[in-house]
Amino acid sequence: MISPARSWREFPQRYRLEAAKCAGCGKVLYPPRVKCPACAGTAFETIVLPREGKVVTFTVVRVPPAGFTEQSPLPIALVELADGVRVMVQIGDVADPAELEIGMPVRLEFRRISWDGEAGLIFYGHKAVIAR
Amino acid sequence: MRDVAVVGVGMTEFGELWSESLRTIWTKAATAALADAGLDSVDLITVGCMSPGLFVGQEHLASLLADELGMAGVAATRVESACASGGLAVRAGFAEIAAGLADTVLVTGVEKMTDVDGADATYALGSAADQEWEGFHGITFPGLYAMLARAHMARYGTTREQMAAVAVKNHANGLLNPHAQYHLKVTAKDVLESTLVADPLRLLDCSPVTDGAAAVVLTTVERARELAAGRPVVTITGSGLATDTITLANREELSELRAVRLAAERAYRMAGRRPEQLHVVEVHDCFTIAEIMATEAIGLFDPGFGGSAAADGLTALGGKIPVNTSGGLKSKGHPVGATGVAQVVELVNQLRGEAGQRQVEGAAIGLAQNMGGSGGSSVVHILEVVR
Repeated sequence: MISPARSWREFPQRYRLEAAKCAGCGKVLYPPRVKCPACAGTAFETIVLPREGKVVTFTVVRVPPAGFTEQSPLPIALVELADGVRVMVQIGDVADPAELEIGMPVRLEFRRISWDGEAGLIFYGHKAVIAR
Repeated sequence: MRDVAVVGVGMTEFGELWSESLRTIWTKAATAALADAGLDSVDLITVGCMSPGLFVGQEHLASLLADELGMAGVAATRVESACASGGLAVRAGFAEIAAGLADTVLVTGVEKMTDVDGADATYALGSAADQEWEGFHGITFPGLYAMLARAHMARYGTTREQMAAVAVKNHANGLLNPHAQYHLKVTAKDVLESTLVADPLRLLDCSPVTDGAAAVVLTTVERARELAAGRPVVTITGSGLATDTITLANREELSELRAVRLAAERAYRMAGRRPEQLHVVEVHDCFTIAEIMATEAIGLFDPGFGGSAAADGLTALGGKIPVNTSGGLKSKGHPVGATGVAQVVELVNQLRGEAGQRQVEGAAIGLAQNMGGSGGSSVVHILEVVR
């Protein structure tokens, strides 16, 4: 479903949370883009996103798509990180979905996200875990 | 710009049509619309279809279907904007006639969704989200709308019961539509006790997986008067198209559907109309929360009041402004590429006074709002009876 080349070129963002900071206006773009949507600038500095953030909104997917059917139920949140960047991520280690709420502090951790059958690629990235 | 009229409508029954293929349902809807118009040829065919590649493994669709209709040689094109593909096909046909590039256009929408299993259908629909930065994490369309629902609930106090009221209303309307997928009375209790799909959305908050096709024939108003044969002439007076960020992460406001608001503003401006002048409205209720947010975005209700409007019966048949008299996506069904065209079919039936038991008395001005993805695109059309 995702080719090795496509998986490989996304490693900097998925594995190391690398983002692009616009040299012109300072806007942080995750994922990086060719052109800044705020000022049309094309020069960027690579930065690493902060790992701490809070839940903006969330759901618990009970009917996952192909590739995720073994992971049901699947809590997923839109998380606003400390620098204002928002990322969509799974919430890991949730014992009871009822404990999830908007505004809850979370921390991003490196995790296995999905896998392509028994012999295919394994996709890694970041999940949020509740910050205690 | 030339004025554009709708002179023919047709659609298949919507449902799980196991014995039918994409090409057979499309041809039936197209043939019905041409017969209704009294035409046997057109200058152009537009096809709205979201993903024939993922649902049935077929691309190059417009040529295939033109041939199926016995019209190989005609100009034909497929357009795509996820679940707004049908509305976009209407706009593409409208633009060609308005610009004088074509005098007659067969506008069609189709989706054959049941040739793949549930997980693959969920995946195909999910391709309308940002695959690299949303889909990668396993999110689904019910999941994305669930996130919007939770944001709307947090900001405005919208309730589960208000969302259920949308499903109850649309299923009541669907009972009156012979083409609807479900002829099923649903109570608020049924909705609130149905299986969780993506919290807080439950099964009866969601539109179904559907096979279906719909078609309309467009031409100039002058030609439409010749073809009318005593029936009212229905024109498209406004057309608006807009986009928003696909990824929810890039949206500043999660409790508003910005693309819908912008598309509606553009359509109202072209038509010279205001929301309070509408008599009948079809909106893109792919989920109950989507109808609430869409009725706010097209200006029927202030932000935050879409839920209470549904619960208070303002959008029911006989209410202040009937919404989704067809049963909507919820009850009529949602063959994604066909939906935007089927909305226009319903409006034309209403404006001609041919909507049977669900007729809105005296309906003369209607609006159809079609939406792609989680609001990443929207198309709005305003239709009116020529006085």
